[in-house]
Amino acid sequence: MGTNNTPEVVLSVKNLIKDFPIGQSNNKKNFMRAVNDVSFDLRKGEALAIVGESGSGKSTGARILTRIYDKTGGDITFKGQPLQEFVEEHGTLEYARQVQMIFQDPFGSLNPVHDIYHHIARPLLIHKRGDKETIKKLVYELLELVGLFPAVETAEKYPHQLSGGQRQRVAIARALAVDPEVILADEPISMLDVSVRLGILNLMADLKDKHGISFMYITHDIATARYFAEKTAVMYVGHMVEWGASDSVTQTPQHPYTQLLLSAVPEAGKSGRRDLGAKKGEIPLWKPTSKGCPFATRCPRVLDKCSDSFPAITKVADEHFIRCHNI
Amino acid sequence: MKEALLEINNLCVDYVSPNGIARAVNNVSLTIGRGETLGIAGESGCGKSTLAFAIARLHKAPALISEGQILYNGRDVLKMSDKELRLFRWNDVSVVFQSAMNSLNPVITIGEQLTDVILAHKQVSYKEATAKAVELLAIVGLPGDRLQSFPHQLSGGMRQRVVIAIALALEPKLIIMDEPTTALDVVVEREILNELYDLKEKFGFSILFISHDLSLMGEIADRIGVMYAGNLIEFGDAKTVFSKPSHPYTKGLISSFPTIHGPKERLYGIPGDPVNLLSLPKGCNFNPRCADCMDMCKVDEPKLLDLSVDYQAACHKL
Amino acid sequence: MNNTISQDANAPAHTSEFKKKFKLAIKKTRAFFHGNPPAIIGGFLITVILLGALVGPVFAKHDPNKRVARPHVAPNAEYILGSTRSGRDVFSQVLTGARKTLSVALFAGLIATVLAVGVGVTSGYLGGKVDEWMNFITNVFLVFPQLPLLIVLAAFLGQVGSMVITILLGVTSWPWGARVIRSQTMAIRNKEFIVSAEVMGESKLRIILVEILPNLVSIVFGGFLGTVIYAMGAEAGLGILGLGDATEVSWGSMLYWAQVSSSLYTGAWWEMIVPASALALTGGALALINMAIDQVSNPKLKTGPHMKIWHRMNKETKQRRGLV
Repeated sequence: MGTNNTPEVVLSVKNLIKDFPIGQSNNKKNFMRAVNDVSFDLRKGEALAIVGESGSGKSTGARILTRIYDKTGGDITFKGQPLQEFVEEHGTLEYARQVQMIFQDPFGSLNPVHDIYHHIARPLLIHKRGDKETIKKLVYELLELVGLFPAVETAEKYPHQLSGGQRQRVAIARALAVDPEVILADEPISMLDVSVRLGILNLMADLKDKHGISFMYITHDIATARYFAEKTAVMYVGHMVEWGASDSVTQTPQHPYTQLLLSAVPEAGKSGRRDLGAKKGEIPLWKPTSKGCPFATRCPRVLDKCSDSFPAITKVADEHFIRCHNI
Repeated sequence: MKEALLEINNLCVDYVSPNGIARAVNNVSLTIGRGETLGIAGESGCGKSTLAFAIARLHKAPALISEGQILYNGRDVLKMSDKELRLFRWNDVSVVFQSAMNSLNPVITIGEQLTDVILAHKQVSYKEATAKAVELLAIVGLPGDRLQSFPHQLSGGMRQRVVIAIALALEPKLIIMDEPTTALDVVVEREILNELYDLKEKFGFSILFISHDLSLMGEIADRIGVMYAGNLIEFGDAKTVFSKPSHPYTKGLISSFPTIHGPKERLYGIPGDPVNLLSLPKGCNFNPRCADCMDMCKVDEPKLLDLSVDYQAACHKL
Repeated sequence: MNNTISQDANAPAHTSEFKKKFKLAIKKTRAFFHGNPPAIIGGFLITVILLGALVGPVFAKHDPNKRVARPHVAPNAEYILGSTRSGRDVFSQVLTGARKTLSVALFAGLIATVLAVGVGVTSGYLGGKVDEWMNFITNVFLVFPQLPLLIVLAAFLGQVGSMVITILLGVTSWPWGARVIRSQTMAIRNKEFIVSAEVMGESKLRIILVEILPNLVSIVFGGFLGTVIYAMGAEAGLGILGLGDATEVSWGSMLYWAQVSSSLYTGAWWEMIVPASALALTGGALALINMAIDQVSNPKLKTGPHMKIWHRMNKETKQRRGLV
C-alpha cells in the first residue's frame, strides 16, 4: 500500500534464505548459505541498488526473484500476493512477463545465430502481442526507444555485428517488449566500455522515470549505484548489512564494511598507500550452521558478541538502517 | 628532467585480418623515465594493450610492428636478435597480464612457476632458486608455504600477487601492467595497489600501467597518455590531464565516471560507439562522436601539439 | 484473439524478400570458397564424385555385372580402366559401385549423426539423472568393437547385405559424436541467452531446437562428414574381407575380387588400384571440406589469404630494419 508520498511496493522480500549444496549431489549433503535473512522492497518507478563484491550473494537474489532458483526460506510477495499464489493464479508465463532480467555479459545474452529482429519478436510472439504486422511495428518502436537508429537496419543485423553497448540495448529492448513491472539488472554495464556505460544507465533511468518500471540494479560499483538508484543496499557474504536512501548510505556510511568499501575506491590525486583499517581476515564460507556476523573476522570494531549473533536492525537516520553491534 | 629509460618513436602496429589491415597503433611516440609510473588510458580497441605488448615484442602473426623504433637505454628493441631479446625479456622488462588465471599454468604449482622463471634466466641451483621464490612471495605478502599451492587454490587477489612476484623475479627496470586490477574487487584492488606502492619505493622500477579506469590512473600515475583508435591524443602530467583535460575525448572520458562525493547531476559520457579500426572515419578518428567537431576535423588528422612543457594533445581546436 | 501468429517471424512474405535471401546465399557461398584452397579442391572433387555416382552408370558403356572382355585387359580406349579377372569392365564397375558405397556411407553417417545429436543435446541440456543414464549408455556403445561385431554377425548370418551394414555402422558410430555434442551443449546451456529464453517462458523443446541446435551446426556437420569417411572405410574393409555381399558391385567388393584374383601379383594393377584410389579420393575430398568449414567458422586459425599478405609485409619490414 502506498501513501501519497511513497510509491507502492511492487515486489517485497522478507527474510530470504538460499542454500546450495556443495560437493556431490548424491553424497553427504553439505550446504553453503548464499543468501541469509535478506529483506528489501522494490517500489514502483524506483530503483534499488544492491552493492557487493563477488560472493556477496547479490546475483543469487535476482535469480531467485526470476524463479531460476527456488528459495530455501523466507517470503516473496509480488503485488501484494505471495509469489506461489500469484504464479498458480496467473501462470508462470505471466510472472515471467512482469519480472524481466538483463544480464552482465552483452556477448552471452544474445544468441549468435539469430538476428536482432528474432530476439525482440520472440517475447512478443510468446506473449501473443498481436499479428505479424503489429509485432513488426512494435519491434521497430522498441529499437528506437532504446536508441538504436535506424531500427529497420539494426533489426536485420546479427549480434556479432553490434558493439557491446548496442547489444546491451537490444537486451533491454527485449526485456521491455512485454511491458514488465520490474527489471532486474545484474551488473548490466560492468563489461561495457567506459564511455558507453552512462548511455545505458541514462536509458534505464528514463525507463524508470517515464514508464514507471521498478529496477533492481546489482553492481559492485557503489558510485554508479548512487548515480542511478534512489535506494542502495550493501551486501556482504549473503547478508544485507546496510541499506537506505542512496545519498545517505554513500555519503554517511555507518557500517564498517560500507566504510571499508568507500575508502578503497581509487581517487585521482590521492596518491600513496592507503591503509583501510580492516584486519587481514578470511572471508568466511557461510553455512546454515554459521553464527554471528560474517564481517567479524575483518572488522576493525569487532566485539565479542559479533561471533555469537547476527545483529538486529538499527535505524541510524531517516531511511537509513544498518545491522551492527557496535555503532 | 629524468633520463628516459624507454623511448618509443613513431611506432605503428598493424593487424592483418581477412577483412583488411587494421592499424592498431598509429604513429605513437612517448618516453618513460626511470622510476616513473606512466599510465596509458583508453577503451577497447584504442591500442593500449597492443602498444604495451610491442615493447616486449610479444606480437605474433597476424600482428606486425610495421614502423618505428623502441629504444631501451638507447638500443632498438625491434632490431634485437633472438638471443638479445631473450636477455632483454624479464631481466629488463616484464609483463603482468590482466587475468592471473590466464597467465598462471593451472596444472603447475606456484613454486614451480616461480623457480622456472628464475632458472630460465640465471645459472643457479634449484635450492637457490627455491629460496629466492620464497623471498619473492614474502615481498608480495604471501606466506612461503604457498609454494606448493596450485593457482585454483588461491583467491583472485592472491593469484594477482603471485603474478606480480613472478614479474619481479629478476628485478626488471620496467614492468608493464595490463589492467592488473580490473578483474578484482575494489578492496582487493586497494590491497594490491598498496603493495605496488611499497614495491616501487623499495625497488624503484618504472611502471607502464594500462587501464580504462582514469580515476585509478589519476591516483597512481606520474604522467598519463590517453589513446583513441590507435592514436595518442593527449599526453602529460597526470594531475593536469585529470583536472584540466584539453582533448574532447579525455573530457568525455573523465565525465563518464560518476563520483561518490560530487554533486548528483546527470552525466552524459560520450555518445556513439567505440570505433571500428577497419573503417576509420576521414580526418580525426574521434570526429563522429565529438561535440566540438568542426569542418576541418572531418578532413585533416590532427597532430600532437605541444601545449606546454611536457604536455601534448592532438586536436584542431587547440 | 489472434491465433494465426506465424511461428517463423522471418518467413519471406514477398518475392523480393526471397530474392534478397537467394542473393545472400550466393554471396555466402562465394565467400566460403574465396581464398580457401581446401574448399575449392574438396568441393570440386566431391562434385565430380557425386556426379559420377549419380549419372555415371549412364555413361558406363558396359554392364558392370556381365563379362564383356577378356580377363585382365590393360586399360585401353575400349575399356578405359581395364577389365577384371572375370572380364568385367572396371570403369563401369567403379561408377556403379560408387552408388552402393556412397549410399551406405551417407546413410550410416546420417543414422549415427541423428543418434549423436539426440543423445548429446538431451543429456547436455537436461543434465542430472538423464545425463547420468545417457552417459552410461554412451560409454557402453563406445567400447563396442564394431568391426569384430560385424565379422561375428557375418559369420553367423552367412553374409551381410549392405542394409545390415548401414544400420550396424550407424548404430555403433554415434557415441564419439554424442560426447562432443554433449560438451558443446553444456557450454552453451549456461550462456545467458539460454537462461533468458527460459525466463521468458520458452518451452524446453523449442529451446533445444531453435536456440541450441543452430549453434551446433558446424560441429554436427563436421561429425557427420567424419562418420561418412569412417563408414566408407568400414564398408570397404568388410568388403575386402569378403564379409559384404560379394555379388553386389561396390568398391569394397571390387577390392575383394581384386584381392582374390591376386591382381597386383599378376600385374593387373588396375583392378586393385582403381577402387582404392576412388576410396582415397572421396575420403580426401570429404576431409578437405571438413578443413574448409573449420577455416571459415574459426577465423582465428592462422591460415587464409591474409596470411600471405602478412608474410610479405613482415619480410619488407625486416629488410627495412636490416635484419635479413
